[in-house]
Amino acid sequence: MRKLTTLLAATALATLMAGTAWSKTFVFCSEGSPEGFDPGLYTAGTTFDAAAHTVYSRLLEFKKGTTETEPGLAESWTISDDGLEYTFKLRPGVKFQTTEFFTPTRELNADDVVFSIERQWKSDHPWHGYVTGGSWEYFAGMGLPELLESVEKVDDMTVKIKLKRKEAPFLANLAMPFASIMSKEYADKLQAEGKMNQLNQMPLGTGPFAFVGYQQDAVIRYKAHPDFWGGKQKIDDLVFAITTDAAVRFQKLQAGECHLMPYPNAADVEAMKADPNLKVMEQAGLNVAYLAYNTTQAPFDKVEVRKALNKAINKQAIVDAVFQGQATPATNPIPPTMWSYNEHIEDDTYDPDAAKKMLEDAGVKDLSMKVWAMPVARPYMLNARRAAELMQADFAKVGVKVEIVSYEWAEYLEKSKAKDRDGAVILGWTGDNGDPDNFLDTLLGCDAVGGNNRAQWCNQEFDDLVTKAKEASDVAERTKLYEEAQVVFKREAPWATLDHSLSIVPMRKNVEGFVQSPLGDFAFDGVDIVE
Amino acid sequence: MFRFLLGRLAVLIPTFIGVSIIAFSFIRLLPGDPVALLSGERVMSPERHAEISRQLGFDRPIVMQYLDYLWGVLQGDFGTSIVTKKPVIDQFLELFPATVELSVCAIIFAVVIGIPAGVVAAVKRGSIFDQIIMGTALVGFSMPIFWWGLLLIIVVSGILQWTPVSGRISLMFFFPSVTGFMLIDSLLSGQEGAFQSAFNHLILPTIVLGTIPLAVIARQTRSAMLEVLSEDYVRTARAKGLSTFRVVGIHALRNAMIPVVTTIGLQIGVMLAGAILTETIFSWPGIGKWMVDSVFRRDYAVIQGGLLIIAAVIMLVNLAVDLLYGLINPRIRH
Repeated sequence: MRKLTTLLAATALATLMAGTAWSKTFVFCSEGSPEGFDPGLYTAGTTFDAAAHTVYSRLLEFKKGTTETEPGLAESWTISDDGLEYTFKLRPGVKFQTTEFFTPTRELNADDVVFSIERQWKSDHPWHGYVTGGSWEYFAGMGLPELLESVEKVDDMTVKIKLKRKEAPFLANLAMPFASIMSKEYADKLQAEGKMNQLNQMPLGTGPFAFVGYQQDAVIRYKAHPDFWGGKQKIDDLVFAITTDAAVRFQKLQAGECHLMPYPNAADVEAMKADPNLKVMEQAGLNVAYLAYNTTQAPFDKVEVRKALNKAINKQAIVDAVFQGQATPATNPIPPTMWSYNEHIEDDTYDPDAAKKMLEDAGVKDLSMKVWAMPVARPYMLNARRAAELMQADFAKVGVKVEIVSYEWAEYLEKSKAKDRDGAVILGWTGDNGDPDNFLDTLLGCDAVGGNNRAQWCNQEFDDLVTKAKEASDVAERTKLYEEAQVVFKREAPWATLDHSLSIVPMRKNVEGFVQSPLGDFAFDGVDIVE
Repeated sequence: MFRFLLGRLAVLIPTFIGVSIIAFSFIRLLPGDPVALLSGERVMSPERHAEISRQLGFDRPIVMQYLDYLWGVLQGDFGTSIVTKKPVIDQFLELFPATVELSVCAIIFAVVIGIPAGVVAAVKRGSIFDQIIMGTALVGFSMPIFWWGLLLIIVVSGILQWTPVSGRISLMFFFPSVTGFMLIDSLLSGQEGAFQSAFNHLILPTIVLGTIPLAVIARQTRSAMLEVLSEDYVRTARAKGLSTFRVVGIHALRNAMIPVVTTIGLQIGVMLAGAILTETIFSWPGIGKWMVDSVFRRDYAVIQGGLLIIAAVIMLVNLAVDLLYGLINPRIRH
């Protein structure tokens, strides 16, 4: 009898150990602590990675690796002919996570969607100010409070959103982290118990991973949500090991203490590529750096002059010197990972002789100009002063004298907006929602002159195309319009497009299924570790 | 002794008030709207601004505001984090054990190696030992912590793979915090290998944080020892034919220890400063890293409250050291 017990115990133990051996834990050495776990309240990518892309899902999602949207919790939607009414059909049978702190009794329905939007929108909503000092920054920043007319539950599985005016990027906005769908049932329980703050500390949603626990500034633990609507994940546990120093992150990756890390030091990238245990993914980030001429001032009001100067700039040299190769020269004002990027456009080739001749033909002699260099490093431009010096040398070769000027950052941004500004400005942009409108209209539209439109460039043909695209709701149609707009942009050359910086993601060789996001976020659904 | 204590307190209280005035002024002297800084709200309607301003007492005269602040502080209210919305004091108490654990290990490391090294250097004064020990101490003292920490990580963890890179314990272990001290909690958890893992994680940060105190203690021990060794009573003891071990180890060391104890006490303040860098490099979730993270998050309420608590802790530690010193050496009470 005793032998049998021993045998049974041994078998049980062996099974248990086999069980643990099969449990797959994926460790992400994240770069910082989340500000909280309610993605509506914050704006930092670090927070979105830790809350929005793990615990929650949204009505629409960005298709992996792209900035195109695809159905998420909304299975399908229809838009009324006047473009003002969006009707969403919810996916049936979506289960919320069951955790130690809450057991849901029902599946996702329209109440959850209405709750998630209204709490951010209506200032008299009980959840509007549930975190003292918290504000719905993205929701407000995207102009939604003024755009929304109403959010209604039509039936349990249907939600209708009415807008005050047409807005094509609206669907892309709903795929952004701030639009994550919360559980109204969970919120109601917290409210009844007077523990509303817990919503921001112990999140619960319909996403691929369920929240387990957070030790401030150290570690966040998640486990796979077994009933996730997109299917259970291949990894069982997901751990965020918060490691703020990039050099330490690299060491942990090398030692196998984590599987993947964000934001490596530029200087470490070569070593990462040389390590046989690691692999490195890279792609153009969703950004652009440019030199904006003041197109209202002579001689920069002439297309030929701007074109000639564009031909005089050796972009590859700037990319090599400023980014150590970790950027690509830019052709268009939107990055290549963005939908509607026009691949057929040819860049102005670097040709100082041709540039010199073009300037002579345009009757420009002894030109001297100012080039503004930003005082700070941004992802799209790590060292503007260095880039300006290189351009100074390039322009000198075609007989143009350059004086480099700079101001304190806030002053730089403000002063460079002025319509009568003297000189060309180095600046850039990082996209928010993956919509081309966020670049083309925001930076080059007529309305933005005197503001974000640093070239002070108002071209009716371009503006009509972009405005038409904003009001169209068919993606194919919008794509066509944006592609045409890029042709006009290149022909008119209000900017010299400089670069798109690369986003670089090193990981262990045995990581599979990770897809780099052009929006720069880190999501681990679909990730696997193979032996 | 009582008068000595009173005297110390008489210095301590104005110092604390001074520090609290600095902490109080901090937010008000920063560029930007203090209401926005303290509430973390960047977009506010005028009504909301007025409401928060009233909540924070900004509508009252500045002296009253300060007195309110001081009164709150005395009751343990050091403000609320803008980011986590938790009271600053709660977060401090949650994270402080990690810093204490690391600091205690670092002090033990510094004392256990520093004192014998200093004694050997003094006894073998001018020898090659002395030169090596003092040379190393000088290097240790001038080592930038950030560089030293990264160097150890790259060599010991990266190339040799002897220790883990960072954190307090392997992420494979997962158990609730009981005391906040990982060495104790890992034992209590009953999970096999947990203590070993916690211990291994402590090695590098202990060395890095302990390096400067070690160098200071070794130099202080050496000079105190040299002074004592030249005293008459040591010469007498030697003349009586006592063994070198007895002379140095019992008679001299005891007296040489008095200034060394003060040095160790003073190193605790230095240690908290060093912890800021060490904890950041090793992702050690203590108060040093907390302060750095708060600066990056612009959590002004935490920076303000945290600095005051840390200052208070350093003052209390110094008071304790003074009192201890007064006990060991009655002369300084007068």
